[in-house]
Amino acid sequence: MLSAVPRRIFHTFFRKPPAQRVTAKVPPYIRDQLDSNTDNEQPLPHDFRTVYPEFLPDPRPEWRNRLRERLERNDMLTRRSVVAIPEFYIGSIMAVTVGDRNASDKTNRFVGICISRGGTGLRAWFNLRNVIDHQGLEIMYEMYSPLIRNIEVLRLEKRLDEELLYLRDALPEYSTFPLDMEPELLPEGAPVPINDIKVKLKPRPWHERWERKNLQGVQDLGLPQRFYNKAKLHEKPWEKYDLMMEYRATIPEEEQADIFHEIAPHYQQLESSRRQSKRRLAQTSRY
Amino acid sequence: MERWGASMKEIERAISPPHEQKKSKPKEGLTGAKERWTEAMNVVPAILRAARCEGSRLHTSSSLRHIQKQTRLRVVDNSELGKSAMLEGRPPRCIHVYNKKGIGRTGDKVLVAIKGQKKQAILTGCHQDQFPLMPKFDSNNIVLVDENGSPLGTRIHVPIPTFLRKKLTEMSRPKGVDYTKILAIATRFV
Repeated sequence: MLSAVPRRIFHTFFRKPPAQRVTAKVPPYIRDQLDSNTDNEQPLPHDFRTVYPEFLPDPRPEWRNRLRERLERNDMLTRRSVVAIPEFYIGSIMAVTVGDRNASDKTNRFVGICISRGGTGLRAWFNLRNVIDHQGLEIMYEMYSPLIRNIEVLRLEKRLDEELLYLRDALPEYSTFPLDMEPELLPEGAPVPINDIKVKLKPRPWHERWERKNLQGVQDLGLPQRFYNKAKLHEKPWEKYDLMMEYRATIPEEEQADIFHEIAPHYQQLESSRRQSKRRLAQTSRY
Repeated sequence: MERWGASMKEIERAISPPHEQKKSKPKEGLTGAKERWTEAMNVVPAILRAARCEGSRLHTSSSLRHIQKQTRLRVVDNSELGKSAMLEGRPPRCIHVYNKKGIGRTGDKVLVAIKGQKKQAILTGCHQDQFPLMPKFDSNNIVLVDENGSPLGTRIHVPIPTFLRKKLTEMSRPKGVDYTKILAIATRFV
């Protein structure tokens, strides 16, 4: 049996589970009785989850610690009262100013398109990409880093994909943005526009096998049919029906609601900083 | 393999795409080559793929893009040697990294083989994953220097990280090597 498969590989797939397996246990979430009795719960703004995704903790059970998460949320709100961290999405064009003791005027400003975003709590980060002097550059910023002086959103928009890492393999004009770009203003209350631009990729070799990623924002990849056949073998269409996977990858809805109710008293301040940054944009764009 | 109720031969037959199966005679008892194919691909997992990778020594994970020995680099200054090597399509190779890890990071000194010569160079931008606030470049950039630390070219036409101001100053020695001339020929810092 299985003569074609080398023994070592066979055992990696069919090995016995270890005798003592340590599984992380998270106590089930129980609502605080005092909180649930109060009737003055405000309705939640619907966009909390998309605007402030880093307030939700990492759902991995071995990393959960509800006390630490609460302390982190306090620290995040304190930091947000000092530096306004605006609403942004993958595909938005941003300018970040950081304190840099090696720079000539002790600050360093970088403009770029946000290609990925991640992390939770105080460790939340985002990546900016730009092409300067025909040289592609990416810088990763930690959102709650004390070195950050200012974060501006120059053009607030979304793209068709959840990550724009394919811009590394795209033609440079798709990730080139002038450093002196003017902030563009959206009317008050307007929905975030979705930029449905289709990017043209350079020929292979690429950083990843983009034909397997089901990308929406790229033009026809122009590969031979065998690449798409291979991609078909690797796709996992059953994952969208996997309820356990979804359960493990998300925070329960009741807990999310309580987290956002916890930061709801600060929501006025968050909103005002959001609006202020927009107003500042309006003033700067007038000159 | 019995756990899937199929022999190795049957599975191999099943995972070959349907158009290839037409050449061989269809066996009785096997219904719907296409359905069988898709079904088998859901079941026969990475084993066969891994087995093939083992045979052909393919990598299944993406590379870390470290700068180590034999890494091809890109000269970004305007020295004659560097420009001609890049234009000929024979980019320099790293043959030594002057640190204890053997993996070059931004600002490290490397020894490169360029057009049959050995030259020292400073890494001014790396493609591997960087720490926060450190720019990650799309190519591995170097600036050629001589043994005194002064660059061979007179201009660098791509941005270099501000961190080099600190790093190169620390690397320089009074009345010894002086790498800070690289900072003077740079056009832009990021």
